[in-house]
Amino acid sequence: MSDIALRMEQVYKKFRKGEVYNSLRDLLPALTGSMFRQQELSERDQREFWALQDISFEVKRGEALGIIGRNGAGKSTVLKILSRIIKPTKGRMVVNGRLSALIEVAAGFHQDLTGRENIFLYGTILGMSKREIASKVDQIIAFSGIEEFIDTPVKRYSSGMYARLGFSVAAHVDPEVLIVDEVLSVGDYAFQQKCIERMKEVVRDGAAVLFVSHNLRTVAEFCDRCLLLERGRLLMTGSPNDVIQSYMKSARIKRHDESKEVEISRVRIRNRQGESVRFESGETAWVDVEVTARRPATKMAVVLLVKDESYYEVFNTSTERLGLGSFNLESGETFACTFELDLNFANGAFHPFVALYRYHTETLLDQLELAACIYVGSETDVRGAVNCFPRVIRHEVLRVTSGASV
Amino acid sequence: MKEELRELYRYRELLYMIAYRDIKVRYKQSIMGFMWAILMPILIVMSGIVVRYAYALAAHTPLQTADIASVAVKSLPWAFLVSSIRFACLSLINNKELVTKIYFPKEIFPIAAVVASLFDLLIASCALVIFLFVVQIGWNPYLIWIPVLIVTMVLLAAGIGMIVSAASLFFRDVKFIVEVLLTFGIFFTPVFYEVGMFGEKGKWLLLNPVSPILDAFSAVVARHQSPNLPWLAYSAGFAVVSVLGGYIFFKHLEPAFAESI
Repeated sequence: MSDIALRMEQVYKKFRKGEVYNSLRDLLPALTGSMFRQQELSERDQREFWALQDISFEVKRGEALGIIGRNGAGKSTVLKILSRIIKPTKGRMVVNGRLSALIEVAAGFHQDLTGRENIFLYGTILGMSKREIASKVDQIIAFSGIEEFIDTPVKRYSSGMYARLGFSVAAHVDPEVLIVDEVLSVGDYAFQQKCIERMKEVVRDGAAVLFVSHNLRTVAEFCDRCLLLERGRLLMTGSPNDVIQSYMKSARIKRHDESKEVEISRVRIRNRQGESVRFESGETAWVDVEVTARRPATKMAVVLLVKDESYYEVFNTSTERLGLGSFNLESGETFACTFELDLNFANGAFHPFVALYRYHTETLLDQLELAACIYVGSETDVRGAVNCFPRVIRHEVLRVTSGASV
Repeated sequence: MKEELRELYRYRELLYMIAYRDIKVRYKQSIMGFMWAILMPILIVMSGIVVRYAYALAAHTPLQTADIASVAVKSLPWAFLVSSIRFACLSLINNKELVTKIYFPKEIFPIAAVVASLFDLLIASCALVIFLFVVQIGWNPYLIWIPVLIVTMVLLAAGIGMIVSAASLFFRDVKFIVEVLLTFGIFFTPVFYEVGMFGEKGKWLLLNPVSPILDAFSAVVARHQSPNLPWLAYSAGFAVVSVLGGYIFFKHLEPAFAESI
């Protein structure tokens, strides 16, 4: 058997947008109409667009490949072509072995059936035999953690329970190729970890996993290799860290956009020695921001915010809230300011953002995510978002003397 | 096509599962439960009896038990055909999520609709057997034809089902057209009346491929006769062509389902 689990060779996919005739009532007049008109062809050309262009990659057995990219970059289209739901316009693809797609966990559920019945229904949809499901049903129920409600119709389930049951079934298919599309966003943190553990197990057993997610941290943690898609093209292939770095750069709003009346023209983060991205926990950092106006603009404020690795906001401040009030600029003028902050963050990577708001109306004028994360390190092992500089100031072992226990 | 049929065979458990789901949900949702299966046939039989009574009055002949039995025995396959096509027609649209998200041979949906309707037919047949027993229509050797007739009916339903399900995915008004045809189809099909009533002109009625099958049902159960074999062969041929043609038509359009639904 070949080492390659799946391969795409120069795959192109064209979609049609705009008006599609979806009833005979519309189609028949349109057909008779088009016999008398000649411009149909050029019109049709305009309505088509390429969702994917020249996509080639392969995944080996026992490898996890991540796909990242903005919304509409073509990630889901790649997965749908691989799972044979849609056909490529041009190009070839090969899948060796049983493929299981975790595209939307609950698509196969029926509201009126119980959890247990749905395990059988969804399992069969995913390609398992009845006997196979019967032998795994207890395992699946245990994994989902909803034993109590397993004989209740799923319409009474919460969305979290729904998703957990769906993933539990899909995770037990024993696929040779597993496709996962943004399904881990549901469920609580503990369940997400369980899912990732299970996916790692699948990879260890020699399956190939294709993983699409917006959670870059999970991609970096789980995948061996990563693809970056942009507007249907394959921009980059490489180690998750490199690709994520480059994605973060491309995700920045384009600089020198002439249409903007004002823009953030410069941001710099420095420590005592100079520009840096590495900080000790509690160290002071300075953030220099410059805002340049092309046309006169009034009542603006600079906002500085910091998000953690999963893009959860952990800190937010602004010039206006720090008592500066708002500022106005004439065309050609530049506003410069420096924030001084004590980085009381715990160990980890953080994403700083700078945004420019119009005061009162809350209009976002410009936004800039810094290309680099800032890395905060600390000698003490502190986890989470903040460093509260913990110390143990007293510790002893209390011995309970016999007979005195309550 | 061989490859595709092999794949369909591989997914046979899914076919049973979807049919089972459709049956289960249908019976769970209706308060009357199993009454569902016999409600439509009973209504057809009762309207048939009214129509036959009117004929008898007009012709000044008494209404025979065999006439009532004939109407009853033809109503069931007709009800089966109507419900198969009706459910098949909507089967892809109603399972949009599965059509767009997960790969498997999609003809499973219209075929499962036929299987689920076949289950209804089975339930209703039990009621029919009791009814025939009560009106004292006995056993006769021609009943051996029944399985052949049912298979022909199933093939015809599956063929038409695949065509209308795929067509209604692309054109949303197909389901209205199908509904109208199913409603008025009963007047062009010998359910309430007999082909024999038309004498020589009856053969025009038999051109409707459903007619010879229903006529054969009436012949073997109520009249204790052999079916009209040439016409039955015509229907069987039509059923085979429709199931093959429907399958090819369906498979030809299937790649575009996910994008067009």
